[in-house]
Amino acid sequence: MASRIGERRRRITRWRERGIEAVLFMCAASSVLVTLGIVGVLLVESWAFFSHVPLSVFLTDTMWTPLFSEPRYGILPLLSGTLLSTFVGMCVAGPLGLAIAIYLSEFASPGFREVVKPILEMLSGVPTVVFGFFALLFVTPLLQATILPNLPGFNILSAGIVIGIMIIPYIASLSEDALRAVPNGLRDGSLALGATKFETAIKVLLPAAISGVAAAFVLGISRAVGETMVVAIAAGQQPNLTLNPMEPAATITAYIVQVALGDLPHGGIGYQSIFAAGLTLLLITLAFNIFAFWLRAKFREAY
Amino acid sequence: MADMTWNSGSTRPEVRAAQDAEARRRSRRRREKIFIWLGVASTLFALATLAALLIDLIVAGYPRLTWDFFTNFPSRRATQAGILSAWVGSLLVILTTATIGVFLGVSAGIYLEEYARRNWVTNIIEINISNLAGVPSIVYGLLALGLFVYALGTGRNIFTAGLTLALLILPIIVVATRESIRAVPGSLREAAYGIGCTKWQVTSDHVLPAALPGVLTGVIIGISRALGETAPLITIGALTFIAFLPSPPITSEFPYISFSWLFDGFTVLPIQAFNWISRPGSDFHANAAAAGIVLLVITLGLNSLAIYARYRLRKKLQW
Repeated sequence: MASRIGERRRRITRWRERGIEAVLFMCAASSVLVTLGIVGVLLVESWAFFSHVPLSVFLTDTMWTPLFSEPRYGILPLLSGTLLSTFVGMCVAGPLGLAIAIYLSEFASPGFREVVKPILEMLSGVPTVVFGFFALLFVTPLLQATILPNLPGFNILSAGIVIGIMIIPYIASLSEDALRAVPNGLRDGSLALGATKFETAIKVLLPAAISGVAAAFVLGISRAVGETMVVAIAAGQQPNLTLNPMEPAATITAYIVQVALGDLPHGGIGYQSIFAAGLTLLLITLAFNIFAFWLRAKFREAY
Repeated sequence: MADMTWNSGSTRPEVRAAQDAEARRRSRRRREKIFIWLGVASTLFALATLAALLIDLIVAGYPRLTWDFFTNFPSRRATQAGILSAWVGSLLVILTTATIGVFLGVSAGIYLEEYARRNWVTNIIEINISNLAGVPSIVYGLLALGLFVYALGTGRNIFTAGLTLALLILPIIVVATRESIRAVPGSLREAAYGIGCTKWQVTSDHVLPAALPGVLTGVIIGISRALGETAPLITIGALTFIAFLPSPPITSEFPYISFSWLFDGFTVLPIQAFNWISRPGSDFHANAAAAGIVLLVITLGLNSLAIYARYRLRKKLQW
């Protein structure tokens, strides 16, 4: 009798264990559904879009005016805005992030590092809408008052600079991780040969950590490409095919925001156009992310 | 420069060589010093920017931070406009996000770390999660608009917003959960198995409590990120001008708790701030700055809580 009750309890336990594992598995697998959902939605709506607008026009037309009475659907102006703001951002975040990374990992005292790193982390915790405010109402007026008196109120330059500041902590912390992963043997060997700390950092550690540092840069680019609010607020929302950062322009992300703010009818070509823009954005960031992954895997030195 | 003229006075080659070496050493050392200054300057630049941002915001927004600002609805008149609907909306959205995000994220983390077998399914899930971390937030907004709002018909409401943000922070929570579970030593599991615990008992009664501080750190960072997100909620169609509150969660009739607020329209703090920034005129800019201060205090507060927790953790936990 007792053994039969024990047997039953064991069976219940076994079923419960299996049930829990199934639930946990479904939670983990739901992340795959998210990806499928993203790809599915973007492809379905873009498919509808591209049945109206040939891909060749989308890729080569130099005007993006889907909401005008004579709509034109060329992604190039949005692409130029996106790449320009990313370029400006990386000009700020690249050198500064790398200098901070080398300084913190090789020169700074542990006490200084303990203080600075959390504060840098704070910088990456600032909501993007606040960064947008900062770009529009601090950086642009500052530039206008100092070196660029003719800068328009909305411009890619301020947005790019602020995007750069936003991703400094990201690039700095990823690059620092890469530099610190270089074994001390290399450091000591270089110093023992008489190199200064700076020479060691530039000529020995940086080449040894180059895959990680490059990956940090590429991931930074990917972030800058996907950044939305700063450009939507500070860069103006006029698609503008230009390579001059002192002009207002729209990015892919800013266009999506602009359309979403208006009330577009579901199923129209304006509605579909934001999914085509989103698909372009996803493909660009995906390409950069895969590139970063490849960089890390390919050049990873096994110490 | 003075050294150079002194150097050129000597004619003996070995002395000259020694002097050259000395000069080279000095220039190398100078280069190092210049770099150290550059490093310090770069770090200070980043910190100064943060300071400038905070000061700029406080100067612009502090005068608006009155009690009325928290209890008023948005208004056509800047001085009477407040963030009541925005902060209530933010609170409810984050509540939804945290509930869904913690359940999904922690479960997924537990599965991948404790249960998953090394096979292609697990590989796909892992690669997929690290890829999701790199997807721009606005793309999640498009997912929500196309799939949730239109295909599944969940509506432009708090539930859809919370769900979207939960999916957005899923990778953050999963990664944090996995890392802190991995840090729990195997001996703890073996001891629990040794006295006859089942796998779930080991996980829920021993591994998870030991990993809890690390999990919580990840959850806090995720929630702080979700609070500041604007773009995906704009895509869903969060309204920018809302002069009503969602229906109350507590009612006077049985069963006293109502979830109908999940399906109400909403706005959140960052969207309210964005709306005020987009308006011309410095009156509304002051409101935007004030809303920005509120947002910053909450997100930076949460972030420092997480940073502090992690710091304490690293000091305390030496298995």
